[in-house]
Amino acid sequence: MRETILHTDTISAEEAEKTGFQTPQGNGRRMTLNMGPQHPSTHGVLRVVLELDGETIIKAVPDIGFLHTGIEKECEVKTWQQVVTLTDRVDYLANLSNNLVYALAVEKLIGDIEIPAKAQWLRVMMAELSRLNSHLVWLGTHALDIGAMSVFFYCFREREDILRILEMFSGQRMMTSYIRIGGVALEPPRGWQAAVGKFIGAFPSKVDEYEELLDTNPIWTRRTKGVGQAPLEVLLDLGVTGPMIRAAGVKWDIRKSEPYSSYEKFDFEVPTRTENDVFARYRVRLSEMRQSARIVKQALEGMPEGAWQADAPKIVLPEREKMKTQMEALIYHFKIVTEGFRVPAGEAYQVVESPRGEIGYFVVSDGTSKPYRLFMRTPSFGNLQALPALLEGRLLADSIAALGSMDFVLGDTDR
Amino acid sequence: MADAIVGGHAEHGEPTLFISRSRIVDVCRFLKDDQKFVRLSGITAVDWHPADPRFEVVYLLHSLEKNIRLRLKCRVAESQCEIDSVTGVWRAANWYEREVFDMFGIGFRNHPDMRRILMPHDWEGSPLRKDYPVHGFKYSYQNE
Repeated sequence: MRETILHTDTISAEEAEKTGFQTPQGNGRRMTLNMGPQHPSTHGVLRVVLELDGETIIKAVPDIGFLHTGIEKECEVKTWQQVVTLTDRVDYLANLSNNLVYALAVEKLIGDIEIPAKAQWLRVMMAELSRLNSHLVWLGTHALDIGAMSVFFYCFREREDILRILEMFSGQRMMTSYIRIGGVALEPPRGWQAAVGKFIGAFPSKVDEYEELLDTNPIWTRRTKGVGQAPLEVLLDLGVTGPMIRAAGVKWDIRKSEPYSSYEKFDFEVPTRTENDVFARYRVRLSEMRQSARIVKQALEGMPEGAWQADAPKIVLPEREKMKTQMEALIYHFKIVTEGFRVPAGEAYQVVESPRGEIGYFVVSDGTSKPYRLFMRTPSFGNLQALPALLEGRLLADSIAALGSMDFVLGDTDR
Repeated sequence: MADAIVGGHAEHGEPTLFISRSRIVDVCRFLKDDQKFVRLSGITAVDWHPADPRFEVVYLLHSLEKNIRLRLKCRVAESQCEIDSVTGVWRAANWYEREVFDMFGIGFRNHPDMRRILMPHDWEGSPLRKDYPVHGFKYSYQNE
């Protein structure tokens, strides 16, 4: 990377005056531009070194790692249940998807643990609410990048409602850690049906509002249509997943192809487009918001009765009341809190569909109370690798739209 | 091709094949071209310190058409800490192999751009190795 900077070849003011502000010819046209790591449209700390010929991008080299915090290493010294709080911090917008994939992977390793229907449905509902949250932040900030400022305020208005619901359920707005190994963290609060029902009843009309705001905006359509395209084979080869690949015409959604946490019981569609440009990605995400709202509505209406945690006293913390009256409950509580539970030796790879694509956790256990190795296959890392394919050979002005349409979270990339 | 496979198992319904280190590129090419494993989900490694061979390089494959996942593993010894790169098969391998190189110090032969990806370029050591400390820092500022 350092060598690239040394070749920086810019035109000085005097030189420009001498040549009468003519575009220089030959090698002088080349220029290396350092975008980021603190550029507002990189949505975090991403650095892209762009080599330009005039306004055309010849080469784009993403430079990541600014947000690397060593989460995978940290997981190896935490107990199994403690790791849940770390999975939140991987992707601050899709924290519930990360909680979910971790819990599912560990439950797969444990084997004989049955998650009650109510916990599964709660997980689905919360994961979909966090998908809405993520898509709303994406839409607001992406529109802001392109110049449609008001959409940002509309999106954050609805996002605030979602965060209030998350706070109601878990006590936290963002780092919820709501989905735990063996179920969910807390019993649903009193009056949750009314809160979720009120939000989800109004939400579809809000999506119509965003659609009207953007579709009738000529600047938006001209800056997004035909921008940021790359051949489908290239995208697949580069490991792109999620709405990006669905906007290229691949009808693949892990919630349908490898259903988890009883997603097979919900009725929803997988929206796809074929244009494979920034506009198509926007349309796919907009349709996904409508589908997620449908899922939340179904979960709200058909929420099963019963327990919200598995009947596994060695894994799930006992109720407070039981600890005061039952000796076993007190012992289990002591064991879980001091030592943590053991997970049988083995390995598992679990995937879920996050708002950005495939999250996969590869968990290795050596039979102790801490994970031996936890590899997080994060969608932002996989998708960001395709950035040069979207930028190279195109105009610099389009790079912002293309970058934004990928919807990456840098914490998710660097872990 | 069969002689390249040195073992395998299917835990929790997830098939895993152990591949001999020298044949990994052939096997991957066959799986992609003939068996339609179009996607490479990721590459990672596990450090089984102090066992020998010390490392396992893990390849997570996915076939969209057949909707199946397959895991390949190669054992890599610490004394010969390198393996052939599969970037020629899937371009997605590029960053994942750089990450394994960065975190475990396993080299990938014929990789187009073998540099650190997440850690600073002048970093010493491989953070995800088991003998690398979780806490602490090499330099002490207290006596300065």
